[in-house]
Amino acid sequence: MGDAISTGSGTASVERFRRLAESELGRLYALARRLVGDDAEDVVQETLLRAYRGFSQLADDGAVRDWLTAILVNCCHDLWRAQGRRVETVELEKADEFSLFRKIADEDPFPYSDSVHLDFLQQFGGEDVRAVLASLPELYRVPLVLVHMAGYHVKEVAFMLEVPLGTMLARLHRGRKLFERELWSYAERNGLLKEGARA
Amino acid sequence: MITCAEAVRQLWDYLDGIVEESQRAQVEEHLAFCRRCCGELEFAEELRAFLAAHAEDDLPPQVRARLVATLDELGGA
Repeated sequence: MGDAISTGSGTASVERFRRLAESELGRLYALARRLVGDDAEDVVQETLLRAYRGFSQLADDGAVRDWLTAILVNCCHDLWRAQGRRVETVELEKADEFSLFRKIADEDPFPYSDSVHLDFLQQFGGEDVRAVLASLPELYRVPLVLVHMAGYHVKEVAFMLEVPLGTMLARLHRGRKLFERELWSYAERNGLLKEGARA
Repeated sequence: MITCAEAVRQLWDYLDGIVEESQRAQVEEHLAFCRRCCGELEFAEELRAFLAAHAEDDLPPQVRARLVATLDELGGA
C-alpha cells in the first residue's frame, strides 16, 4: 500500500511516522467528525496515506499536529468536491444580523429559569452539535471548527487555507452567526425549547 | 461612540484578541454603559466554551483498529 518513505533511514523513518501519526489519531478523528460527519473514518485514513507519502516534507516532529491537520482539511475539501456541489441547507441572507442571545431573551423558552441562555445551550448533546455543524456550508464550517473546536488561531487558519486574513475573519464571523441561528432552528425543530426536554 | 450593532459585530474578535487597540477601546467604552451588550459578551463567552466543550470525541475501538491497521500496512509496504 502506498509508496515507501523515500528519505530517512528506512525502518527508523517508518517507525517515526507511525509513532507520530498514531499519537494524533484521536484528535484527527474528532476533527474529521465535525467537518465531514460519518465520512470521518475514511477521511482520516486518506489523511494517513497522504501523510505517509509526503512524510519527507515534515522536518520537525513538533509541527506534526499542524501538518496533519492541513492534510486532513485538504482531504475534506477533496471529498466535498467529489461529492459535488452541496445543496445549501441554510439561508445565508441576514445571517450576520442574527443574535442568539437576543432571540433567547425575546422568546424566553424557559420562563422559570434564572439562567435561560445557559439552559438553552445545555439542551444540546454531542450529536445535536454535530448535526448543527453539518447544516453549515463548508466555507463557514471549516474556520468555525478549526478556530473554536481545534484551537487554532484565525491567522493560522488563514495561512493553512491560503486565504487572506480579512477574508477568513469575515468567514469566521458569518460562521459563528450561522451557527447561532442554526442552533435556534435545530432546537425549534427538535423540541429542545421545552422545559425539561432533555431532563 | 459605537452602536450596539457595531459592538456586537466586534465582540467575538474582541474575545479572540484580534481587534486593533482603537477598536478594543471602543468596544470597552460601549460595554461600560450598555448592559445588553455586556449580556451579549457573556453569552459569546459561554458559546465559545460550549463549542470547545463539544470538540472531543472518543475514538471508537473498531475505528482505531482500522486506522492502526492502515499504519501497519504502510509500515509493511
